[in-house]
Amino acid sequence: MSLRKLFSMGAVFLFLFSVSCTKKSSNQTQVLDKANGTELQDLDPHIVSGVPEHHVISELFEGLVTMDPKTAEPIPGQAESWTVSKDGKVYTFKLREGLKWTNGDPVVAGDFVYAFRRLVDPKTAAKYAYHGGYIKNGDAITKGKIKDLSALGVRAIDDRTLEVTLETPTPFFVPLTYHYSLYPVHQKTIEKFGNKWTLPENIVSNGPFKLRSWQLNKVLIADKNPTYWDAANVKLETVNFYPIENTDTEEKMFRAGKLHVGYEIPLPKIPHWLEKKDQIYHSPYLGVYYYHINTTKKALKDKRVRQALSLAIDREQITKNITRAGQMPATAFTPPGTGGFQPSVYLNPKVTPEDLAKAKKLLAEAGYPNGKGFPKFDILYNTQESHKKIAEAIQEMWKKNLGINVGLYNQEWKSYLANRQTLNYEVARAGWIGDYNDPLTFLEMYVTGGGNNDTGFSNKQYDDLVAKAKLEMDAKKRGEIFNQIEAILMDELPVVPIYIYTRTYLIRPEVAGWYPNIMDFHPLKFVSIK
Amino acid sequence: MGLGYLVKRLLTMIPVFLAVVTLVFFTIRFAPGGPFDGERKLPPEIKANLDKKYNLDLPLWKQYLLYMRDLSRFDLGPSYKHSNRSVNDIIGEAFPVSLELGLWSLFWALLIGVTAGGLAAFRPNSLFDYIPMSISILGICLPTFVIGPLSILVFGLWLGWLPVAGWDTPADRILPSMTLGFAYAAYISRLTRGGLMEIRTQDFIRTARAKGLKESTIILKHSLRGGMLPVVSFLGPALAGLLSGALVTETIFNIPGLGRFFIQSALNRDYTVVMGTALLYFTLIFVSNFLVDIFYVILDPRVRYE
Repeated sequence: MSLRKLFSMGAVFLFLFSVSCTKKSSNQTQVLDKANGTELQDLDPHIVSGVPEHHVISELFEGLVTMDPKTAEPIPGQAESWTVSKDGKVYTFKLREGLKWTNGDPVVAGDFVYAFRRLVDPKTAAKYAYHGGYIKNGDAITKGKIKDLSALGVRAIDDRTLEVTLETPTPFFVPLTYHYSLYPVHQKTIEKFGNKWTLPENIVSNGPFKLRSWQLNKVLIADKNPTYWDAANVKLETVNFYPIENTDTEEKMFRAGKLHVGYEIPLPKIPHWLEKKDQIYHSPYLGVYYYHINTTKKALKDKRVRQALSLAIDREQITKNITRAGQMPATAFTPPGTGGFQPSVYLNPKVTPEDLAKAKKLLAEAGYPNGKGFPKFDILYNTQESHKKIAEAIQEMWKKNLGINVGLYNQEWKSYLANRQTLNYEVARAGWIGDYNDPLTFLEMYVTGGGNNDTGFSNKQYDDLVAKAKLEMDAKKRGEIFNQIEAILMDELPVVPIYIYTRTYLIRPEVAGWYPNIMDFHPLKFVSIK
Repeated sequence: MGLGYLVKRLLTMIPVFLAVVTLVFFTIRFAPGGPFDGERKLPPEIKANLDKKYNLDLPLWKQYLLYMRDLSRFDLGPSYKHSNRSVNDIIGEAFPVSLELGLWSLFWALLIGVTAGGLAAFRPNSLFDYIPMSISILGICLPTFVIGPLSILVFGLWLGWLPVAGWDTPADRILPSMTLGFAYAAYISRLTRGGLMEIRTQDFIRTARAKGLKESTIILKHSLRGGMLPVVSFLGPALAGLLSGALVTETIFNIPGLGRFFIQSALNRDYTVVMGTALLYFTLIFVSNFLVDIFYVILDPRVRYE
């Protein structure tokens, strides 16, 4: 075959294929194409633990409450109303009338009882079992101290009345029921199919959408669920969730019109997209980016050293020049607005000359004048471009401002976690996204021996205040306690906050009902295509 | 060809296979972290419950024996990450995709490679030789993570001829398979040219020429069979490489193939999926090399195995 022939044949092929593929456009009526990050582990609300899972499971299932798309505050879901006892420990939920599973069975209070018991059952091995730990005896059951599942503080008074008794008053329990770990599941389906119950041919669910198909690493398709109580108000007919871990690929798919909603923008492209205001979602997010300091290591044991390190970081330079998506420099550990709490300002966004002088003085007092004799250590971070750039910037700031030389050490995710969690590091990058909209999700981490403490930090006063905050029911008094907690944390600095996260991703202008909120919650029952 | 040789060859696979199983099993176990480690550290009781559920609380040698027992029944175990699927399910779903991608790529590699190599050998030291051979150097040097995004940009976004990513329509197959096949086309064109050039100097070609046959007949009928030998021996590793080495291409084009599972499972410490994919790749490499040996005998009458 001659070269010319080959070329012309190729051209014909290309033409034919391009004709066949331009026919398919994602801009059809009420079909939403959404990027969804990494592939899901599963759809079992009691097995999974990730955020991409949340986006799908919260559409296939519905818990007692759902979220207001504008404020991310709980609004009635499967429960039409609820009451709380005076001591804040007993919640009584009234379910809607005529709720149905996708197979037509009625959704009853007993389904929630079964689900909550399944969550804490050691045999389920749920990663979020500790969410069931807020319920009376939940923790003891998970730990195997109580064998009888019926000891859990949850009961069905009748088919439409669910009573939940908690260990301690937990002011955020109602919003917590929006978390998938507290969704109802269909007992008969689980017992019949075992771990295969979440496959498309088996699954029974109760949310605004129902699963049509799920091909790993390709697409998960969900259709509007006609048996859902509010189906009349669900506008989308179909949602395609695409698992795409490569952000460049995702951005190109968006540009080619294959996606309505993205998941993440590649770092170098953020400034470019921020200019196209009608095609971008941009909102502060319930998360903080920070550095862990190992308080058990030689020089870092000294509070003054940690304070000097924090004072020498120019947070504004990092958000302006590196992350560039409008992140806020952190001035406290808890993101402002978490559960309505506004922490005082403890840290400066910029390094002022006074800060610099103070930092040098602190370091000298600790025995390292101008960084002399300071032990060499590495900043540990998990391999990723943005973490690297931030670590380099901080390395430079510490060198310039304090005369300290540190190295950089990147590791793949699991190795990094293993080192961080066994305190085999000096300074390590970290990030925390709140599990629920309350300061406790951030501040509870640093109690003595806390599972996610990872810094060796231990302070009696801190522990007592956290315990106090857990029992306090008055919002104003709680806020005061949280500020006392913050004051200790920002003085001791086992963690050095750097910036407050934003969520920034691509979204087409024709997507309606998608409002910015701190939780990045966008229940699709309120979303439509213009 | 001795049947005895083939049987012997197949039998040698068994100890090698066992060695690979053992090596991969223990290597992945000694990597830091485990399948259930995450940003939020699990309370020890919950971690213990999970380990128990998946037998990870047993001593390693017991887990190894259990794995071998299941393996002998062709059961590759459950995935730790995708809890509603077994490794057999995952491979069953993803391998056909990788296979299709690999075969398409091989098709392009052969079509482009043999044509270009043939042309170059047909008119050595002319433009027909220099141009394809220069491009082939480019193809060998440029990695798929450069060619892939570049071709998406040009053909997907600027010209709008082809889809940027996905695996639904026939058009979705073109860019990824060409991206993946390009480097192989480059190798094949050079091997074809080399093989054909070498065979030109052989006596039987001189005889053919002396008979007054047309040059094209000489190339297509007489030289190609012998001249293709280096290409054939390259095809085995090439096919194995295309099937197991598609991980970058699969990620760039968001294709639901096995390569993506291979990376994801290694990063997630999804031990059983790592094992399953590694063993499958090993088998593929072994089998494709084995097939090449057989083809070699068919093509070249001089080769005899004892």
